[in-house]
Amino acid sequence: MRINTRKIRTDGKEKIRGENKYLEDLEFKNLYYARTLRSEVSRGIIKEIIYPEIPENYYIVDKNDIYRNEVKMVEVDMPIFAKDQVNYIGEPISLIVGQNKDVIIDIINNTKVIYEELPSVYSMEEAKANNVTIIEKENNEFVSHEFSTGDISSLNNCEIFDGVYETTYQEQLYMEKQGAVGDYKDGELIVYGSMQCPYYVKNALMHATGYNEINTRVIQTDTGGAFGGKEEYPSLMACQVAAATLKIKNPVRLIFDRREDIMYTTKRHPSKTYIKSYVKNNKIVGIDIDISLDAGPYIGLSDVVLQRALFTLNGAYQIENANIKGTVYATNNVFTGAFRGFGAPQSMFALEQHFNQVANKLKIDPFEFKKSHFVKQGQKTVTNGVYVEKIKLDEIADKLEKLSDYKNKMKLLDTEDYYYGIGVSFVPHGGGFTGDGEAEHIKAKVKLKKNKNNTVEILIANVEMGQGAKTALPKIVASVIDINLEDVIYNNPDTKYVPDSGPTVASRTTMVVGRLLYKAAEKVKERFNEEEFIIEENFKAPDYLVWDPETFQGNAYMSYSWSGNVAEVLVDKITYDVTVKNIYGVYDVGYPIDIKLVEGQIHGGIIQGMGMGMMENMTSKNGKIEQNNFEAYSVPTIKDMPHMEFDLVINEYDDGPYGAKGVGELTLVGIPPAIASAIENAVNKEFFKVPVTPEYILEVKEYADRNQI
Amino acid sequence: MQIEIKFNLNGEDVSIMTDPVRRLLDVLREDFKLTGVKEGCSEGECGACVVFVNDILVNSCMVPMANVINKKVMSIEGFKQTKEFEVIEKGFLEAGAVQCGFCTPGMIMATENLLRNISNPSVEEIKEGLSGNICRCTGYQTIIEAVQLTVKDGGELWKSNLTSL
Ligand code: FES
Ligand code: FES
Repeated sequence: MRINTRKIRTDGKEKIRGENKYLEDLEFKNLYYARTLRSEVSRGIIKEIIYPEIPENYYIVDKNDIYRNEVKMVEVDMPIFAKDQVNYIGEPISLIVGQNKDVIIDIINNTKVIYEELPSVYSMEEAKANNVTIIEKENNEFVSHEFSTGDISSLNNCEIFDGVYETTYQEQLYMEKQGAVGDYKDGELIVYGSMQCPYYVKNALMHATGYNEINTRVIQTDTGGAFGGKEEYPSLMACQVAAATLKIKNPVRLIFDRREDIMYTTKRHPSKTYIKSYVKNNKIVGIDIDISLDAGPYIGLSDVVLQRALFTLNGAYQIENANIKGTVYATNNVFTGAFRGFGAPQSMFALEQHFNQVANKLKIDPFEFKKSHFVKQGQKTVTNGVYVEKIKLDEIADKLEKLSDYKNKMKLLDTEDYYYGIGVSFVPHGGGFTGDGEAEHIKAKVKLKKNKNNTVEILIANVEMGQGAKTALPKIVASVIDINLEDVIYNNPDTKYVPDSGPTVASRTTMVVGRLLYKAAEKVKERFNEEEFIIEENFKAPDYLVWDPETFQGNAYMSYSWSGNVAEVLVDKITYDVTVKNIYGVYDVGYPIDIKLVEGQIHGGIIQGMGMGMMENMTSKNGKIEQNNFEAYSVPTIKDMPHMEFDLVINEYDDGPYGAKGVGELTLVGIPPAIASAIENAVNKEFFKVPVTPEYILEVKEYADRNQI
Repeated sequence: MQIEIKFNLNGEDVSIMTDPVRRLLDVLREDFKLTGVKEGCSEGECGACVVFVNDILVNSCMVPMANVINKKVMSIEGFKQTKEFEVIEKGFLEAGAVQCGFCTPGMIMATENLLRNISNPSVEEIKEGLSGNICRCTGYQTIIEAVQLTVKDGGELWKSNLTSL
């Protein structure tokens, strides 16, 4: 099989027929159900929990039922079950476990928790004000980073522009809700779940239970969407069901209902970014950026999210002098985490929107203004790393201009009923973990097993979650060895059999894991006439990768994917409803392993980015998420879908399989600023927040109109 | 309270003892193990759970068992036995309209419902017809292509088909 043959998705048929099994579809003998008793206050000491009488064969599982009451992620600051204090609304206190769901709900409804409420922090402003301190760190700051390139203080005679840019919560809203099943058999603890990172879950389980490598086992079940939402959260649920199953020695299933899932699982961090830019001869020569993220009460992955937000802050541009600062704040809001883009959607919205506004103020077309700043091979990143690969931004811009007919569209006028607007964005996205993460922390290992019957089995911990890994990775293996796609086997990972090839995150699966499989497949090919054998391949960092994790200096990424997007909108002159007519995109993702899969990531990313840009308005009031179902939290439906067109620029990456780089996250990142800029262009006002909802447009317009009088 | 409820499920007469307020969704999934019917939202907002009841497409999470007494229920498990299904399946595969798959059986059922009503739908009609089904992965464009491919490939199936209505 050749890599450029288009293949039908290997998992397509069973999904269309509804035959594949998600967690909720699996049967377990003697299954117990679990439901979470949750905190009703945002911060308080638990004085007493008064449970009703618990019938026989029903159980309460709480902090006393686990060996170490800590969820091991990057740190261990989050408990599995609340200790003596709760820190956000919805924090799990205990599981009620039994075989009849109605009885369980009854028990929960009749339980009374008595709290001594403590003062809470509900916003980053309150956290900064520091009147109330909620963590054992100064100023409610979990972590803060600062670094610079060039020397901003040396700039003089510059025109100064500034702005504060905000983004709000975004919920992944994968269609399959979060869930885990714990089982205990012959001394072995097994957790099944919908997840992205089986080894994160396994490590968390070993930490929590004291079970070892051998008797802890994690099996990924078919995952109905994840988008980052199933990166760290499954570790918490897995530890909870593990505690339950070890207590009652029967399988225990915890699946959230949709409202719980929306309100209490991790979401995209709300952000606030201050940007001040220094302009000389119509170019931004210096930039001062300060970004704040709201982590909720536990740090989770927030430091890593912040780092990605920061390391990418020169965007697609060369900015010689930059001061970059970022802080993660603790609040008593729901805790936030990974979501497609992982910090970059927040920081790229701020940067792109700022560029757009500066261009408009300088009366330069934003497309041309951005183009004139494009970074080139050999120049430096904001962390003083060197762009070693070819950068084809000019080609992207050319293709985008043609594809979208930008120049002519710029001249389009408003109609009687609508304001017409067009906006453009250019963004990069680094593939794989930042800096030395792949080499020092993840240390991916893959295996290929050649079987007697000439099939080859992929043994990795990465998961299919909709993105198409079960097609893309077998395609790589099949085409290297030159066998049929059908002869490559790739089952859902079970940690008992697969090595730790790292998590399914950070646009790394095809690029990093795919590359390791590529190399392993070359070795399999050489020995293909042997009956049965296993090839193991370990990650080695490319030579050019220099990184100092202390100072954040060097190459923050192994490689970058790039995108250019143009959005066209119509804004209703009376209701301010926004219709996105067209979205055009040109992408450099190295080489597309399968064009249909790449298309799927592009379309899906565009629509989720559109949600973030103009629809998905998730808010928190006094620590409580205010939208808890599909009606209140509206994501794009088929009716909202704009016309989408895209093109690729091929730019093979030496350390990617067949030259492939990351795809999945990039496609979302450029959309919110493209749409927000288009709306600015349409109504001729500046917008500093996404989503740009009709209410927000109204607010900005009316304020401006009032001030004109 | 449990009562005996008889209905026709995917062409077969069945009868169960159950509470008439139980949701059709739960009975299909739990009692009949028809797990192709998915639960996405439980509030009638996502379309993952759609089935036909007397040839009308409904969200099975919103239907109490009392409402299906003596009626004909068809889930994806029944529909996948049909010729129409085969053509739709091919369209979805070709167009690459499946990602995580959780919305997919619902989309397939909604497509069938659309084509029963409009055998050669315009893009606007496709959008209208599938607007009750949320997909968080695909961005929908490939789903529209899938419906168009279906019509191109086997549209005549629906033109002649007024049988079950
Ligand atoms: S589960 Fe029935 S409509 Fe969503
Ligand atoms: S394919 Fe995942 S929700 Fe539609």
